[in-house]
Amino acid sequence: MDAATASAFLEASVRLGVPLALAALGEVVTERSGVINIGLEGSIIAGALGGALGALAWSSPLGGVGAGAMAGAAVAAVFALFAVVLNADQIIAGTAVTLGGLGATGAVYQGVFGATGTALTIPTLGSVPIPVLSSVPVVGPALFDQAVTAYLAYGLALVLWIFLFRTELGLELRAVGESPAAAEASSIRVRWTRFWATLFGGALGGVAGAHLALAYAGTFAQGMSAGRGFIAIAVVVLARWNPGGVLLAALFFGVASALQFFLQALGLDLPYQLFLALPYVLTLAALAGWLGRSRAPSALALPWPPH
Amino acid sequence: MIGRTAGRLGPVAAAVVALAVTLAASAVALVLGGYDPAAAYGALLRGAVGSPSQFLSISLVRATPLILTGLAVALAFRSGIWNIGAEGQLYAGAIAGAWVGIHGSGLPPAVVLPAVALAAGVAGCLWALIPTLLKVRMGVGEVITTLLMNFVGIHLAAYTVHGPMQEARGVFPQTDLIAEAARLPRLIPGTRLHAGFILALGLALLIWLVMRFSVYGFQVRAVGASPAAAAVAGRIRTRRVVVVTFLLSGALAGIGGGVEVSGVTYALYENFSPGYGYTAIAVALLAGLHPLGVVATGIFFGALEGGAGAMQREAGIPAVWVNVIEALVILAVLAVDRAVRRLQVGRKPDGDADSPEPARARGARTLSLEGT
Repeated sequence: MDAATASAFLEASVRLGVPLALAALGEVVTERSGVINIGLEGSIIAGALGGALGALAWSSPLGGVGAGAMAGAAVAAVFALFAVVLNADQIIAGTAVTLGGLGATGAVYQGVFGATGTALTIPTLGSVPIPVLSSVPVVGPALFDQAVTAYLAYGLALVLWIFLFRTELGLELRAVGESPAAAEASSIRVRWTRFWATLFGGALGGVAGAHLALAYAGTFAQGMSAGRGFIAIAVVVLARWNPGGVLLAALFFGVASALQFFLQALGLDLPYQLFLALPYVLTLAALAGWLGRSRAPSALALPWPPH
Repeated sequence: MIGRTAGRLGPVAAAVVALAVTLAASAVALVLGGYDPAAAYGALLRGAVGSPSQFLSISLVRATPLILTGLAVALAFRSGIWNIGAEGQLYAGAIAGAWVGIHGSGLPPAVVLPAVALAAGVAGCLWALIPTLLKVRMGVGEVITTLLMNFVGIHLAAYTVHGPMQEARGVFPQTDLIAEAARLPRLIPGTRLHAGFILALGLALLIWLVMRFSVYGFQVRAVGASPAAAAVAGRIRTRRVVVVTFLLSGALAGIGGGVEVSGVTYALYENFSPGYGYTAIAVALLAGLHPLGVVATGIFFGALEGGAGAMQREAGIPAVWVNVIEALVILAVLAVDRAVRRLQVGRKPDGDADSPEPARARGARTLSLEGT
C-alpha cells in the first residue's frame, strides 16, 4: 500500500468513524448518568432525516446539522419520557424507540418524497481543510480535511472529558450513574440529571445522523443508520465510558468498515465480513476483561427510584 | 374510578388496553400525516385476513418465526435474563439448519427434518453460550453481550454465503437450495403454510406445561421474581437455572431460524431476517411473557406484517408504518404497566411486593448489567 492509498484508507476510516464517535460521545454522557439508551439508533436515523430536510428547507447544510440535533433530541425525549419520567425498563423502551424511529422516518420520507424514493439532492457538508495540519503527509488529509462535524467530534471528546472528570456538574452526573441514592442524599436531582443527559445523547446521535446524510451519503435513504446506534453503544464499552477513548474506539470500528471497500478495491479476496465482525468480538473481549479492567457505571440501566 | 378498574387489570385486559391505545395513537398519527386511518386499517385487515389463503400463506407463515423467537424472549425475560440476542441466535440456527439441509440429500425426510431442527437448536444454544458464560462466570450483563452477538451472527451469515457456503454457481450471495427432503411439508395444499407452524404451537404448549407444572418451571419463575430470595428461601441453584434457561432461549430462537430456512426460504442469504429477533420482544411483552399468549401475539404481529404490503398498495401508506405500530405496542404495554403499578402502589404501600410475577411479566423488572 503506497502513501496515497494509505492516506485514502485512513481518510475513509475517519469518515466512517466520525458518526460513530459523535453518537458514542453522547451515549457516554447518557450512560454515565445511569441510562443506557438502546434507542440511540432511532435518534441517528431521525437526525439523518431531520438533517436532510433541514438542509433543504434552509438551503444550508449547517441548518441541517441543527435540525438533525433537534430531531435526535426529540426522539430521545420520547425514550426519556418512558425510561426516566415513567421509570419503565430502559432496554425495552429503547428497543421500541429504535423500531419506531426506523419506521416513522421511513414513513415520513415516503410521505414527503413518494414511495419510489427519488434520490434526494441536498446541500452537503463539504470538507474544510485545516491550514498547516492538513498538509502533514498521510495523516494530515485523513484527519484534518474533513467535514466540520469531524472537528466537532474531536473538540467534544476533550470538552466532555473535562466536563465529566474536572467539573462539579460532571461529578454530579457521574454520581447519579454510580449511586443514585447517594446522589439524591446530596440533593442532586437524579431524574432531572438523567433526563437531560439522555436528551444530550440524543442530540449528538442526531448530529451523527445529520453527518451521515450531509457529509457521508449526500442524501437520505431509509434505514441508512444501518445499526450505527448499536455500534456506538459497543464503542462506548470499548472506550470504557471515557470520551477520550471514544475517538480511538470509533476509529477502530471505522477502520474495520473501511477495510471492506479497500480489500475489494485492491482485489484482495479476503473475507471482509469477518473483519466487520471483528470489532464486536473485541468489544466482547473488552467486556470479559481481557483488554484490561472495564466497568460500567454501577447504576447503569437501573430504574430510579427502584421499583 | 378509572384507577379502580385499571388496578385490577389481568394480562389479557392489559394487552387489550395497550392495543386499543396503540391503534388510537397510530390513527391520530395517520390523520396528522394526511392519511385515512379507516382505509389504512381496512387494507391492512384485508391483506392479513382478507381470504383464508392470505391468512394461511402470509400471516401464519410470517407468524411462525415470530412465535419461536417470541417464546425465546418470553422464557428468558420470565427468568430475569435480558436476552435481546434472539436475532443473532436465529441467524446461527439458520446457518446450521441450511448446512444440514444442503448436505442432507439422499436421506429420508424423517431423518433430515429433525436433524435440521436439532442443528438449528444446538447452534442457537451455542450462540447464547458465550453471553451465558460471560454472565455467570465474569458477571458481565447480557444486554450488551447479546446485542453484540447479534452483529457477529449477521456478519457470520454474510461471510458464509459469500464464502464457504456460497451457491455452486457462485453468482449470488446465497447458499444452494436445501435438499427436497429437508423442506418442511405444506400443511394445506395450495397454501404456503408449513409444518413449522405446528412445531411452534407444540413448543408453546410444551413450554407452558413445563412452566406451569414442573419444578424447573417453578424455579424459573422464582429466580425471575427475585434471584436472591430464590437462592436463600427456596434453596434454588440460581446459577444453574439461569444457564439452562438462557441456553434454552437461544435454542428456541435458533430453531426459529432453522424452521424459516426449512419451511420458507429453502436457502440462506444475506439479511435473511427482517428483524424477527427484535419484533420478538414486542411479541413476548404483549403476551405478558405467557407462552400461549405468545402464540396469539405472534399471529397478531405476523398478520400485521403480512398485511403491511396490502396497506401500502391499497391505501398508499408506507409498509414501514407497521414498525411504528410495533413500537407503539411496546410503549403502550410499558405505559399501561406503569399506570397499573402506580395505582396499586397508591392503594397499598406494598403494592409491588404483592405480585412480583405480573410485575415482571409486564416487563417492569429492574435490570442489572452486572450478572447474577
